[in-house]
Amino acid sequence: MIKPGSIAIVGAAETTELGKIPHLSEIGLHADAALNAMKDAGLGPKDIDGIACVGLSRPQMISHYLGLTPKWVDGTGIGGCSFMLHVRHAAAAIHAGYCSTVLITHGESGRSRIATMPRPPEPGTLAGQFEMPFSGRYDPPTLFPMPVLRYMKTYGVTHEQLAMVPVIQREWAAKNPRALYRDPITVEDVLNSRMIAYPFRILQCCLVTDGGGALILTSAERAKDFPQRPVYILGTGESLESPIVSQMEDYTSSRAFRVAGAEAFRMAGIKHADVDHLMIYDAFAHLPLFGLEDLGFVERGAAAQFIWERNTAPGGKLPLNTNGGGLSYTHTGMYGMFALQESVRQLRGTAPAQVPGVEVSVCHGVGGMFAASGTVVMSNERP
Amino acid sequence: MSATNRPRPQPTPETEHFWEGTRAGELRLQRCVECGGKPYFPPRPFCPHCGSRAVEVFRASGRARLYSYVIDPRPAPGFEPPYSIAVVELEEGPRMMTNIVDCPQTPEALQLDMPLEVAFTKLDDEITLPLFRPATEAPR
Repeated sequence: MIKPGSIAIVGAAETTELGKIPHLSEIGLHADAALNAMKDAGLGPKDIDGIACVGLSRPQMISHYLGLTPKWVDGTGIGGCSFMLHVRHAAAAIHAGYCSTVLITHGESGRSRIATMPRPPEPGTLAGQFEMPFSGRYDPPTLFPMPVLRYMKTYGVTHEQLAMVPVIQREWAAKNPRALYRDPITVEDVLNSRMIAYPFRILQCCLVTDGGGALILTSAERAKDFPQRPVYILGTGESLESPIVSQMEDYTSSRAFRVAGAEAFRMAGIKHADVDHLMIYDAFAHLPLFGLEDLGFVERGAAAQFIWERNTAPGGKLPLNTNGGGLSYTHTGMYGMFALQESVRQLRGTAPAQVPGVEVSVCHGVGGMFAASGTVVMSNERP
Repeated sequence: MSATNRPRPQPTPETEHFWEGTRAGELRLQRCVECGGKPYFPPRPFCPHCGSRAVEVFRASGRARLYSYVIDPRPAPGFEPPYSIAVVELEEGPRMMTNIVDCPQTPEALQLDMPLEVAFTKLDDEITLPLFRPATEAPR
């Protein structure tokens, strides 16, 4: 078993711009982020010998575009948490000696939609046969919130409580100049905003933006020679559940979250009380609730009240989604890369909404509509 | 609901029996003949619980309860907004995505756990969709 802290993130950057980027296609966003990350690490294309990415841009396309000669490749594509899995797989590959320096890239023209991922599934897939004919637009706002009413009924969660999630995240976004939405909002604003798919209104749905990000990983032994403070990988986890949300086992809890989270905590050898900073992929307002419960930070059904009581807000005991999250910062379609970037910034001490004294950050991602999950536990101290 | 120009499912060899069933006015599920016969869905030619290929197709009751849903107020081809997109739990256990018809598309009318029955809706000569409506007879 790989020891906690054996592998480190030594390069991390997002695209130069976020939001609307009409002058770059998807592959251009990958490249912009990759060049920024290589600059951050003081490396060039010849220093990279492993590549992982997801999207319409497959690894062979990114590798060629950037002029790489990789001897390790990972094209794992399971949606927005693919990057958490790339980190996990890259750590294993470096540990095994398959390669020494891995570049992980993300680029997505989610808003401008220039040469980016096509949306509708094939009509002969399970999604095409057993969900698309019933779901109208077959887009994330109609599918992802499908479990919400069952969750609310099971635990007695109110619309007001669910409206508090974007309110608190906007408080974090207000501290972040790169966040797309920064103006304060209230529970009343959320409940009066435009209905997208009952029970969710537009302020409970993520942004749709262009952007990207990239990470560079190497061994902890080499990490101290890089310009940035290393961010050590303590533990990782991954899992899958159902590719179609109608077949999710339990509408009040994600099995993939529970499996990935528990494995990452076990590998890292940490307890919940050790966690100083938390990122939970928030494509929609219910995801932080599922994440808090399925990762074990609170009891099942207790997350909404936990957020309501400001435990995850600025000044709270468990700072959550401190970049503003997918709800206020940015969301290209596969947001997991941006959650990882914020964990790295917090651990480097360079986040716009810096939490004092962060030593351990947990970053938890979802792929598809609860179809997949990946968790990464990181620290700026090598155990 | 004018369903004819909806996204059309493409049956595959593994699912053909299901779509033959809806054409014939039957909701067909599968179950294992080796490991206890727990019904499953979506269709596949083996048991997802034990991996056995010894499975059989059977006719489900068509009775269900409303498990969860959203109401989409936005226009989409083949749908008249606002429309519910629902997941129902069949009496036999499996869940499926569908729409609730013959019912106001409001949170007040659409109560979780309300009893439902299948309402077959023809798209064309090949495809009939299993939609659901509030049950007209008391659940057993």
